Amino acid sequence: MSSQEQVQRDKSSGGGDAPVDPPEAVQGQINTQNVDSILDEIDGVLESNAEEFVKNFVQKGGQ
Amino acid sequence: MLRVRRVMGAETEFGLSQPGNPRANPMRDSARVVDAYAGPRGLKSSQNFWDFATESPLADARGFFMNIADADSSQLTHIPQDDVEAQYLANVVTENGARYYVDHAHPEYSSPEVLTPRDIVTFDRAGDLVALESVRTLEKSAEPVNLYKNNTDSKGASYGTHENYLVDRSTDFDDIVAGLVPFFVTRQILCGSGRVGIGREGEGKGFQISSRADFFEAEVGLETTLRRPIVNTRDEPHADPAKYRRLHVIIGDATLAEPATFVRFGSTSLVLGLIEAGLAPQIELADALQALWDVSHDLDLRAPLALSDGTTTTALEIQEAFYSACLEHADAEDAETAEVLAEWRRFLDGLSTDPTTLADSIDWVAKWVLLESYRSREGIDWDHPKLALIDVQYHDVRPEKGLFHKLERAGRIRRMTTDAEVEAAVVNAPDGTRAFLRSVAVSRLGEDLVAASWDSLVVNAGALGVVRLPMHEPLKGTRELLADRVEGIETAEGLLKALGVDRLSSKND
Repeated sequence: MSSQEQVQRDKSSGGGDAPVDPPEAVQGQINTQNVDSILDEIDGVLESNAEEFVKNFVQKGGQ
Repeated sequence: MLRVRRVMGAETEFGLSQPGNPRANPMRDSARVVDAYAGPRGLKSSQNFWDFATESPLADARGFFMNIADADSSQLTHIPQDDVEAQYLANVVTENGARYYVDHAHPEYSSPEVLTPRDIVTFDRAGDLVALESVRTLEKSAEPVNLYKNNTDSKGASYGTHENYLVDRSTDFDDIVAGLVPFFVTRQILCGSGRVGIGREGEGKGFQISSRADFFEAEVGLETTLRRPIVNTRDEPHADPAKYRRLHVIIGDATLAEPATFVRFGSTSLVLGLIEAGLAPQIELADALQALWDVSHDLDLRAPLALSDGTTTTALEIQEAFYSACLEHADAEDAETAEVLAEWRRFLDGLSTDPTTLADSIDWVAKWVLLESYRSREGIDWDHPKLALIDVQYHDVRPEKGLFHKLERAGRIRRMTTDAEVEAAVVNAPDGTRAFLRSVAVSRLGEDLVAASWDSLVVNAGALGVVRLPMHEPLKGTRELLADRVEGIETAEGLLKALGVDRLSSKND
């Protein structure tokens, strides 16, 4: 599968109608550069007390 | 020649939470959610509105079978029940022909029957707007409720996102199982929604591809809430049982990214076509459940999956085999089919080279990239509550809070629909199915509509009495067949006349 990494490079330069440039990354790792700007925005909307929220998010099983 | 067109539907059970009140009764809140939508719109909401009766078709009038309603008055009037929780069994048919109701302890939106993957995307998303409207209405109440289009609380509970597909009854069910098991075990790489935590209670640290995989315990079976099976055998055709089987798929994740929903339904419809034609690849996993879990837990997509013949394969190889078989036998001239194949191909190419290139298309990848970025910026481990919060909040139906919505609006996730199309789908039935007639009845008949279901309407037609209209053929009762005929109709009597029903007698001739 590692031999296919060349193909990935070709694809990222010809990304078609992708709304953003796909991040370049090596298998198994993620290049985080591309999402940094959205992280700040997300910080602003995350529920304030993560621990409390997660503790309280209790569901009954369904189908 | 395979084509993607097929009668299908999407069923979403929403997670719900009352902020600050984890002990709130989820059945009561589910009913409040449904009623909050129905009330302001003047839609009927009661446990008796859904017509649960089994019909026996007696005559055929342009696709409808007609008989006098069986004299079970409990189906027709509101009878208070002793069970204190029975009062929470709200049931609504929405203007677009969908069902919005309380299923177990969750509100569920079951889309109207559609014919194309694009319509599934639109009408599934219309359900997200329905859910959002419920949330907005309850925001003004003393006990607001938030809804999450997800599948688990990672504390041991899972709730479903089901798909239903009409398949040819003559297809042997054993062939359906043999074809679908390897496909469903590996389909998650195309349309998993991702999940923080490994194991039912998230006892292991990390991230996995599917939200639901850890909750499956059987290969084939009837149950949906216990010992969940990869292939569910529920046989409730909601249509002519001699012609159709309605395959009830319980293994999928709730997808928010439209391309993922599109490929989830499109690829499955094509694979069902392969199975119906006896052309499915013969792939037999040695241990399908183990493979299901292994695929979900392997972000590198390289896990070896043992086959019955002693060799191994991978999720990508299995998907390639199904894709290739579909491509070979597909009608390339059919634009809808070609579009599904192109997206499926794009997904497989991305997954086999660099999955992160699909962060704009597949929820598990979008979520993984977001979480990994957050994790490395904050220097936190996978068991940090903030990552569990992001996992849940990705699925919040509110655009100002839901992280999926944030990503999509920032142009980081591809979109196939427009706001206007989805808004129209909230109040209009899809083309090509009987959902149109259901939609007309709900939108126009008012008090004359006594009850409804997937395959029946019960109307009070004045002098004609209470009449049940079975709709056993999903491809009739459509906009194309009836729009002109029912124009301006506002009463049950008018509707019956418009449908050409003029012989109503106790002989049921």
